[in-house]
Amino acid sequence: MRIGLIVNPVAGLGGRVGLKGSDGADIQQRAVELGAIPCATDRAIETLKYLLPLKTDLAILTYPGSMGEIAARRAGFLPFVLGQILFDHTTAEDTKRAVKELMNKDLSLLLFTGGDGTARDIYAAGGSEIPTLGIPAGVKIHSAVYAIHPRAAGELAMAYLREETELNLAEVMDIDEEEFRKGRVSPKLYGFLKVPYLQRFVQGAKAASPQLSSSALKGIADDLFVRMSPGTIYIFGPGSSTYVIAKHLGMEKNLLGVDAYLDGRVIASDANESALLELLFNYPTAEIIVTPIGGQGCIFGRGNQQISPAVIRKVGETRFRIVSTPEKLQALKGQPLWVDTGDYTLDKMLCGYYPIITGYKEYVMYKVTS
Amino acid sequence: MNNITDERFTDGKPNLRRFHQARWDEPVIFELGQPGQRGILVPEVDEGIKSQVGNPLKEIPDSLLRKNQPQLPEISQPAVVRHYVHLSQETLGVDCNIDVGQGTCTMKYSPKVNDQLARMVEMTELHPLQDESTVQGILEVFWRFEQILKEISGLDRFTLQPGAGSAAIYTNASIIRAYHASRGEIDKRDEIITTIFSHPSDAACAKVAGFKVITLYPDEDGYPDIEALSAAISERTAGLLITNPEDTGIYNPRIAEFTKLVHVAGGLCSYDQANANGILGVTRAREAGFDLCHFNLHKTFSTPHGCGGPAVGATGVTKELIPFLPVPLVDFDGSNYFLNYDLPNSIGKIRPFYGVAQAVLKAYAWVMALGAEGLREVAEIAVLNNNYLLHKILSIRGASAPYAKGKRRIEQVRYSWEKLYEETGVHSDELGIRAADFGVHYWTSHHPYVVPEPCTLEPTESYSKEELDEYAAIIENVANEAYSNPDLVKNAPYNSTVHTINNHPLDDPQQWCITWRAYKRKTQQVTA
Repeated sequence: MRIGLIVNPVAGLGGRVGLKGSDGADIQQRAVELGAIPCATDRAIETLKYLLPLKTDLAILTYPGSMGEIAARRAGFLPFVLGQILFDHTTAEDTKRAVKELMNKDLSLLLFTGGDGTARDIYAAGGSEIPTLGIPAGVKIHSAVYAIHPRAAGELAMAYLREETELNLAEVMDIDEEEFRKGRVSPKLYGFLKVPYLQRFVQGAKAASPQLSSSALKGIADDLFVRMSPGTIYIFGPGSSTYVIAKHLGMEKNLLGVDAYLDGRVIASDANESALLELLFNYPTAEIIVTPIGGQGCIFGRGNQQISPAVIRKVGETRFRIVSTPEKLQALKGQPLWVDTGDYTLDKMLCGYYPIITGYKEYVMYKVTS
Repeated sequence: MNNITDERFTDGKPNLRRFHQARWDEPVIFELGQPGQRGILVPEVDEGIKSQVGNPLKEIPDSLLRKNQPQLPEISQPAVVRHYVHLSQETLGVDCNIDVGQGTCTMKYSPKVNDQLARMVEMTELHPLQDESTVQGILEVFWRFEQILKEISGLDRFTLQPGAGSAAIYTNASIIRAYHASRGEIDKRDEIITTIFSHPSDAACAKVAGFKVITLYPDEDGYPDIEALSAAISERTAGLLITNPEDTGIYNPRIAEFTKLVHVAGGLCSYDQANANGILGVTRAREAGFDLCHFNLHKTFSTPHGCGGPAVGATGVTKELIPFLPVPLVDFDGSNYFLNYDLPNSIGKIRPFYGVAQAVLKAYAWVMALGAEGLREVAEIAVLNNNYLLHKILSIRGASAPYAKGKRRIEQVRYSWEKLYEETGVHSDELGIRAADFGVHYWTSHHPYVVPEPCTLEPTESYSKEELDEYAAIIENVANEAYSNPDLVKNAPYNSTVHTINNHPLDDPQQWCITWRAYKRKTQQVTA
């Protein structure tokens, strides 16, 4: 069994010294001057220690020094080291080069340590092909590709290597650090990685078999199917949930884009606002299907700006349906869903309670705020 | 700090027992014995009888005769006794540990004298197909127990036919369906509302009965969200299926407003009283505005709960809904008890016959021993015990009780070990497994885990302060171990019959082998 390991040694540098991110050499330099201590290697070690029981069967392929070699050795492994780096300075390009080299090495799993910036680099270089899992070390973690902490990453990786988990598509998200430093949070969806998904089981006869998210999504697709009407345009927002639902309905879907369907056929692929408005001019009866951004709960205004206030108004302010797996809702820990379309009046109109479709004939009445 | 294992309680018991469970490495009974071994040698039929009766098998149609001999284990009586004694030693149960950890199941002590009643030959030799005139005694018990349930709930009639809580909820959902059908509204009213902390069977049974299910999440204070309820109610609302107190142990103080809102919209309200142990004699379904309810005799009424039954989900309705109850009802004409099938709008049968007679008898005996005041005392002690344990558990590092902060709980609490997990990496289910090393266990929660790292404890009225102290001391010890040596907890158990098993295949029906025949077929397929 082979796993890849990529450590972004500068991930997290900016956080503890209050710089709200570590993107860019200048910020990293300032962080070091302010006394930041790199933590990414320690976090990778914490995860890798969970894999020690597999040591004899596990080959770790990694990059030199602080990009993984040190972490693997300190955790007790003898890694296979590829590539070359400058030891005192690594960049996003090193991460991308490492991903490309590791991609063809028949990996069971790629572990990486970093934050949102690193996840973006991993996705940009390798796409969604290899099963991947993030060990959180960065300042910004908006992406759903990370375990909640290094120990959990170890547990997940172990479970996956023992074939006890399934893979789910999880969002790679990032925010503009410059905007964030000015107090504005504007997360953007960059893509998806295939991530092990561990459904924890419970001992005891009363524990019903947990509904896996894949079967929940099929149930949601079935529920939507019986509600669909001929001649109505269905606008599907981006996201892994809508992607899988569309697949169940036999329709091609862009993960990141907005697509529109008529009578089960694609009528607009990866459509922008003007394309949607033009479509709605020709087909005035329409519905919007959106899913909340994982872990955040935004339904309009983040990652789906193509579905603009003008599009929402044209379709009709009540003609949208929210779909979500139960797990995604529970991850919000009771926080309401929210909208931020940029149109204050519309946002206020969209506030209220909505039945979120969570399965076939299953709904959760949930609050939406602005 | 004193060593906790050296300390002793005031009742003389050790603070933490040096428990070790039996481990017999016991095979499945089909793997035991040898061909030709027998437990009972049935004597040959006497020649005189044989000549008089002939061969009775000839009267059975060929189509009903089996072609092959049944593949039963061939094994001696003492080997059977040893086998089942071994298995009984490899379990934890209410008769051998402080069983407060199976929250929502109301694992109370069930007096053995009631078991003796149920084992009387007058009970064991009864058959449900006997003529009514020959079973007047047990019919009287059914009828009298129904009068007791009517008083406890305030509702007007009960059926004791449903065989469990879920069967009772399904009964209620079916009655709601039949009621709206009788008014020509069933095509319009197809939605049932429930809450996320009601028992999951409320949603599941409603769905099996053909309804759409709308679930409400708690509001910011942890109570069912009444604004969400208002948003969910419409002309499509068929009814409300709700547990109160919920599985968090929180009592919804606005329950009467909930039922009123649903009634105004034309829906019916059904009260899942699986969690009734803390409100017996305190609140009633009728005063809270419910049209239907059910009690689990195998929980609240001590019949007892365990091993999947036999159980009874006693189902009650208001006068208006009596015509829809399952048949038969047990009635009394002033001189005789009889089975009444005369319910033209009945939903039919939920299960054969009219209820598990032994369970009804035990519940009747339990209530009669307590009396009305005793029932209320049960509830008061259950609530007192629970809030005492709540106080003890919340003093343990890493524990919390989400929702309704600072408020008391009724008969159980759904705790969270989220903080402990974040600080130690030890999951709630791992704490529960480690607790088994000290001879107790706990259950986490139904899925989905809305409360993170959950643990649900329900002390009932059966346990003394010393026993609750002992249980809390075990949990505190395990939590402390999680902080000082998390691997010790994560690698547990050490003193149990088996180590942890991989539960993953439970999610794959293809791998299930619930009979020996299925096991042989599926394993042969694998090896072939």
